Amino acid sequence: MFYIYCPHCGEHREEEEFHAKGQAHIVRPIDPAACDDKAWGEYLFFRKNPRGLHHELWIHAAGCRKFFNMTRDTVTYEIKEIYKIGEQPSVVAGNKLAGNK
Amino acid sequence: MSDLESNVEVVAKAAVMNQLPADGSGVRAESPLFHAELEVLAKQGPQQGGVHLRENKLQGHLTLRCNQNNPDQLAAVETVLGLALPIQPLTAVVKGDISIRWMSPDEWLIVVPGEQTFDIESCFRDVMTGHYSLVNGSGGQTIIELWGPDVVSLLKKCTPIDFHPTQFPVGKVVSSIFAKSGAVISRTGEDRFELVIRRSFADYLWLWLQDASREYGLVIEV
Ligand SMILES: [Zn+2]
Repeated sequence: MFYIYCPHCGEHREEEEFHAKGQAHIVRPIDPAACDDKAWGEYLFFRKNPRGLHHELWIHAAGCRKFFNMTRDTVTYEIKEIYKIGEQPSVVAGNKLAGNK
Repeated sequence: MSDLESNVEVVAKAAVMNQLPADGSGVRAESPLFHAELEVLAKQGPQQGGVHLRENKLQGHLTLRCNQNNPDQLAAVETVLGLALPIQPLTAVVKGDISIRWMSPDEWLIVVPGEQTFDIESCFRDVMTGHYSLVNGSGGQTIIELWGPDVVSLLKKCTPIDFHPTQFPVGKVVSSIFAKSGAVISRTGEDRFELVIRRSFADYLWLWLQDASREYGLVIEV
């Protein structure tokens, strides 16, 4: 049980209100019909599974029902950063001390 | 979003339907807790207790989705309702018998008297501009009012939300987990709250609230 900050509601809420939605920053190919099977398959099915920092998509499912991004450490479960859709993370692998946005 | 809006032409008038049966049609409106016979319980049940419950039934529930950065839309809402959209997250505003709850940065729940719903929705269709959505969900949910000295103790059993006055002042509204279901919870007074709940969960939550308030005593009012 831990608390997660929703950047839309502007406050921390109980984990139970949220759902994880997998890897963040997956860009849909602009012209899917032009993709070969490998490119389309990788877009649809292939995901990172890092040990350490991971950028994830989450939804405040029982609250405002909005998506946002979270950078999380998959080893410690520590939440490093919350940022909105369309924004880039400031905490990235190899830059673990960068805490400010 | 502004690019999108500038490209949207007003295509056609949305279909608006008066969901209330016409006078004299003989159709009876039944709230989601109709079967609980709250009127009977109000007369025959306990008259004293730590928690009071009333169903604020058959109100008009309009879900508005629009752009809070569009001044024309904000002005239109004020024209129709005489009440400004609460832009501040997690706040609700009330004026007379109309209330607006912030649901998300682009979604609000407008509650109006049931018999005014059709007129207000029609008025929105005339006045609102740009890209927006207005849905009449009146039949799908109901409002439960809870008040009394033990109402916070009751709510603490139902949801992980912090109800301390510094964290949850009067005028705040949240959507959250509520007893394995969900509810839109707003504080309308120091010891007074309102729950907006789904019709399909109304009976379950009614049973839950009776059980959870047993130790305080539950008074039904109409
Ligand atoms: Zn939220």
